[in-house]
Amino acid sequence: MHKKLVLYLLLSIIAFFSNVYGAESQGMPQLNPEFWVSQIFWLILTFGFLLVILSKFILPKISNNLELRKSQILENIETAEKQKIESENKIKEYETLINNSKNEARNYFNEARKKIIQDIDKKREKIEEEINLEIKNAEKEIVELKKSSPEKINKIATETSAQLIKQLIGEEINNSSISAIVEDLSKKNKGKYYGN
Amino acid sequence: MATNPMHQFNVYRIGPEIKIDQIDISFTNASLFMVISSLIILIIFNLGSVKKNIIPNKIQLLAELSYTFISKMISDTAGSKGKPYFGFIFSLFMFVLFCNMLGMLPYAFTVTSHIIVTFVLAAFIFIGVTVIGFLKHGLGYLKLFVPSGVPIVLLPLIVVIEVISYLSRPISLSVRLFANMMAGHTMMKVFGGFVISLGLVGGWLPLGFSVALTGLEILVAFLQAYVFAILTCIYLNDALNLHH
Repeated sequence: MHKKLVLYLLLSIIAFFSNVYGAESQGMPQLNPEFWVSQIFWLILTFGFLLVILSKFILPKISNNLELRKSQILENIETAEKQKIESENKIKEYETLINNSKNEARNYFNEARKKIIQDIDKKREKIEEEINLEIKNAEKEIVELKKSSPEKINKIATETSAQLIKQLIGEEINNSSISAIVEDLSKKNKGKYYGN
Repeated sequence: MATNPMHQFNVYRIGPEIKIDQIDISFTNASLFMVISSLIILIIFNLGSVKKNIIPNKIQLLAELSYTFISKMISDTAGSKGKPYFGFIFSLFMFVLFCNMLGMLPYAFTVTSHIIVTFVLAAFIFIGVTVIGFLKHGLGYLKLFVPSGVPIVLLPLIVVIEVISYLSRPISLSVRLFANMMAGHTMMKVFGGFVISLGLVGGWLPLGFSVALTGLEILVAFLQAYVFAILTCIYLNDALNLHH
């Protein structure tokens, strides 16, 4: 419909203008066969040239480019997938490594702690033994001292009392009598001063 | 330049008269535009195919998009058997497209607005397709005129209609392109003439029409090249894959 309408319009326009400019126009130049052969000749020449050059030289290159790109993209995708798998494996390896090393570290730490604790225990035991020994020795000494001390005290007491008496009276008294008194006193007061 | 809208279709000689055996094959403005469009196509597609970038530049993208466009068109209509004719259909589409598009430039000559040019192309396609059909299928190609599933009573009529429609292919193919190009360009010229004759006061309306028509004509230029190529593919499909 549209085409018919356009054609009618066209024809009327052509008729109108060919009436107006009738003097200079000879209708449709397309129907003038003067240059038909020339047009056919040049069409065959140019189109043939175009066809040969395009299909022999240019189109194969474009198709090569396209194929090349396709294959390269496929290759790239393949390598990308390979690398992805590799990287995943590497990540797994890395994780196992990390876990192992963490375990090892924990083991080392535990062992070291055990050792240290054992060491400390040993040393403490040793030190405790030494301390005990020292305490025992000291106790022994103290006991010995305790045993020997009353005699000494008695002696000192006799001496001091002899001197005191000498100072007080100005006369020397027999030591044996004094010591007898002192011993007597010390025996009486034994429970008072060295109460065990 | 006359205001006759048909004046733009005049063919005139450029340079000396060339005659071979009384046959005039002089170089004309039509020849000039054929040469120009061929050269433009060759330059564009050569530039588009020289570099082999993985990420194409603009001109390479253009060439490759056209390539995939045409190859998809052929594989869609004629299937994989149409592949050997890719070069021809690509050249045909590009030649018609560039001739149409160059015609849109002011003062340019539209090669495809001449019936003789389009008719030679269409006749070549018609003869080529017929030859291919007979080479591929022998006399079996004549089955094309006998559609299957038609009652025998109707068969004589149908065969006549089919033969006529087959024989009218080159005419319809050539006239479609030629008439579209001529009509469009004439319309543009007419509206252009109105702009001048109506002057500053009334010339704006036809000017607007002219602008709109320019857009329409660019669309038509592409569409007609596409139609020309796709019809060639369809005819080729008939010859390659006999469906009837």
